[in-house]
Amino acid sequence: MTKPSILRRLVLLPMVALCSLAVTAGSAFAWEPKKPVEFIIMAGTGGGADQMARLMQSIIQKNDFSNQPFIPINKPGGSGAEALRYLQDKSGDDHIVMITLNSFYTTPLQNPGLGVDISTFTPIGRMALDTFLLWVSSDSDIMSLDDYVMTVKEKNKDWKMGGTGQGQEDSLLTGMLQNKFGFEVTYVPFPGGGTVAKNLIGKHIDSTVNNPSEQLGFFEAGKSRPLVAFTPDRLKQFPDVPTSGEAGHPDLVYFMQRSINAPPGMSADAQAYYIDLFKQVFDSKDWQDFCASDGIFCDEWLAGEDLAAYHTAEKAKHEELLKGMGLIQ
Amino acid sequence: MEIFDALMQGFATAVTPQNLLLMMLGCVIGLFVGAMPGLGSVNGVAILLPVTFLVPPTGAIIFLAAVYYGAMYGGAISSIMLGIPGASTAVATVFDGRPLAMQGKADWALVAAAVGSFVGGTISVILFTLFAPPLADFALKFGPQEEFALMMLAFATFIGLGGDDIPKTIFSIALGLVFAAVGLDEISGQPRLIFFDIPGFYHGINFLVLAIGIYGIGEILWTLETSQGDVRVSQASFTASRILDAFKRLKSSTVSIISSSFLGYFVGILPAAGATPASLMAYGVAKTMSKDPDSFGKGNITGVAAPETANNAASTGSMLPMITLGIPGSPTTAILLGGMIIWGLRPGPLLFVNHPEFVWGLIGSLYMANLFTVIINIAFIPLFVSVLKLSFTILAPIIFVLCIVGGYAPTQDLHDVWLIVIFGVVFYLLRKLNYPVAPAVLAIVLGPLTERALRQSLVAEQGNVATFVERPLSAIILVLAVLLIVLPVIKMTKHKKKSAAADDGPEADES
Repeated sequence: MTKPSILRRLVLLPMVALCSLAVTAGSAFAWEPKKPVEFIIMAGTGGGADQMARLMQSIIQKNDFSNQPFIPINKPGGSGAEALRYLQDKSGDDHIVMITLNSFYTTPLQNPGLGVDISTFTPIGRMALDTFLLWVSSDSDIMSLDDYVMTVKEKNKDWKMGGTGQGQEDSLLTGMLQNKFGFEVTYVPFPGGGTVAKNLIGKHIDSTVNNPSEQLGFFEAGKSRPLVAFTPDRLKQFPDVPTSGEAGHPDLVYFMQRSINAPPGMSADAQAYYIDLFKQVFDSKDWQDFCASDGIFCDEWLAGEDLAAYHTAEKAKHEELLKGMGLIQ
Repeated sequence: MEIFDALMQGFATAVTPQNLLLMMLGCVIGLFVGAMPGLGSVNGVAILLPVTFLVPPTGAIIFLAAVYYGAMYGGAISSIMLGIPGASTAVATVFDGRPLAMQGKADWALVAAAVGSFVGGTISVILFTLFAPPLADFALKFGPQEEFALMMLAFATFIGLGGDDIPKTIFSIALGLVFAAVGLDEISGQPRLIFFDIPGFYHGINFLVLAIGIYGIGEILWTLETSQGDVRVSQASFTASRILDAFKRLKSSTVSIISSSFLGYFVGILPAAGATPASLMAYGVAKTMSKDPDSFGKGNITGVAAPETANNAASTGSMLPMITLGIPGSPTTAILLGGMIIWGLRPGPLLFVNHPEFVWGLIGSLYMANLFTVIINIAFIPLFVSVLKLSFTILAPIIFVLCIVGGYAPTQDLHDVWLIVIFGVVFYLLRKLNYPVAPAVLAIVLGPLTERALRQSLVAEQGNVATFVERPLSAIILVLAVLLIVLPVIKMTKHKKKSAAADDGPEADES
């Protein structure tokens, strides 16, 4: 009878030791959320940011990364103005995080009266970089970026470029193309990337700058053709599509960042907690699988101060873009 | 027979114990979510989406589709019993559902809603089964011009809705359009009509805010006033023979139910429309086609059956562009679409080929969900009807609280709650002045869709207005719209001339 008990002790002791270690390690992490965390989405339901937030929520839930649930709340008003203002007003709140689009930069620039300064926000981590490609219908004769530029220069205003709302990512990228090549297209705004993609296939517009996920279904069915990827490296889903650099224009690179940010003045302990939490999400197989199938870059993790520096650079870049398009002074 | 085999396979997938259980659970949750004002299928599906990552994708979509589906049925319950639209898709159900309930015929209205939903759902899922690929091609042909034409058709179906007083109807529509214009302009991104610089207006005026204000708050005021506080909603005694009676009465709605099924389905498959415009259009068509249009709005059973048929048909229809084109036909399918992408299923023309078990499993489960919901719905009618046994002094505060919560829930902004109260009072006064209020609701739903389509078309064609008639599909729809406008006007003027001749004129001024 003694034998098993010794054995048990042998097994139990290290386990107890481990447990107590874990407890001390846990308590080194002084801060943990004390109530459910609001997970603000600065866009409507069903879009890319919304999908990602809900996926992250499920990853956190499935793996017990947090002792408290994350509750996604959509605040789409005013191209994210409503969400940004909400975060600004919740300064010092440790139970709110937000997932961004590039409207994180453009909305405050276009609405100075909003009273939002994103450099005061607490940076958590960058989860992904969404990519853009130039698309035409597969019935088109255009095979390359050079063909495209030639045709569009001829057509100018008769060429219909579809995209999301004015001042949003698609229109900025279109503005970049116009500045670069000196043509002027007719830009037709649609409510979402999926609708843009469908209108290209239905031939109601002539070209788009859709994300991979928006066109992949049509591409696989042979209905659309990507001409060029606005990325420094080729995309895994489109190994045959040249990058803008290969096409001779390495400056035509545009990403949409998907990062997690918190209200200004969040406590350092809480910030450390969320950085650690979202790093775990970032490293999870579910997240990386999603990135791979969706054609977005999730190779490089940026957090805290590094992310803040990235935001500063991107904000400056967007300011220039908006000025170039005459959307701000 | 290939389709038949695939469908059988789909049924086999749908009836595995786990999927069957998920489907039933989904229907019940959906019914509840739909019946709670402010909590529509959009919220229900969004809230439950993360839960579904725990089961295989086929089970997950069956569950969420069942929630979506159940919510379409559920919306009718609060529309009829409380007079508050449970979901945006059930607004048109209030028009006649509420009067029926006040007359003690709530059970008839509920039977009409359940049967209509069942027929609409079944017809559309059959269409889905047989013609998915060609219908997807048809949806692709719909550009902004066609969408605009379709919206004109929707307005046309409603021209007769306001009754005889055309100026007041136009005023009501204009009011709705102004409310619809509030918020950020979608084309330029500039703010419009931000009254008093109140930030809450940036997200626009949600259509549900107006509908809850008018039909929730406004209805309470109306009932209190007309009854001088002594309200007795006539109770419906509930017996099997009354149910049978209701079925018999529904016979007169057969044509309307069938045409609403097709209408709902086609509007549903068109991207950007969805079940709410579909149900409003079905109501308008049912009224225009009716032999007795005056009884609409006063408790006509067809007025309940038509929109309920159409919203279920549309909810099935909107899954078609989601699956085959990867574009959501409604806000709820936008979330389902997100789910599919997260599950690693790429919507698109190849989904049928690459993941037949998923697509056919979903289709199979839609047939079953339909049958299941209609059964539980009819079984629960006695329970629903018993709500009306409460005295109005108890019911009114409950309705009031539901209105407030329902207005707060979608945006979590108190601004919307204040708007509901203001709209409730203002539209109550308008109603006292004999303004029809339904056209305002229609306008706020269709206004943004119409504006967007119109401006997209004009931007794309550099201002060439002829584009609407140069494209054959849009030209055909516009001609239909013009016909629909002209017919009731002719009917009305004839009617007026007659009555004017009979009464020697004076009444014409008053009405």
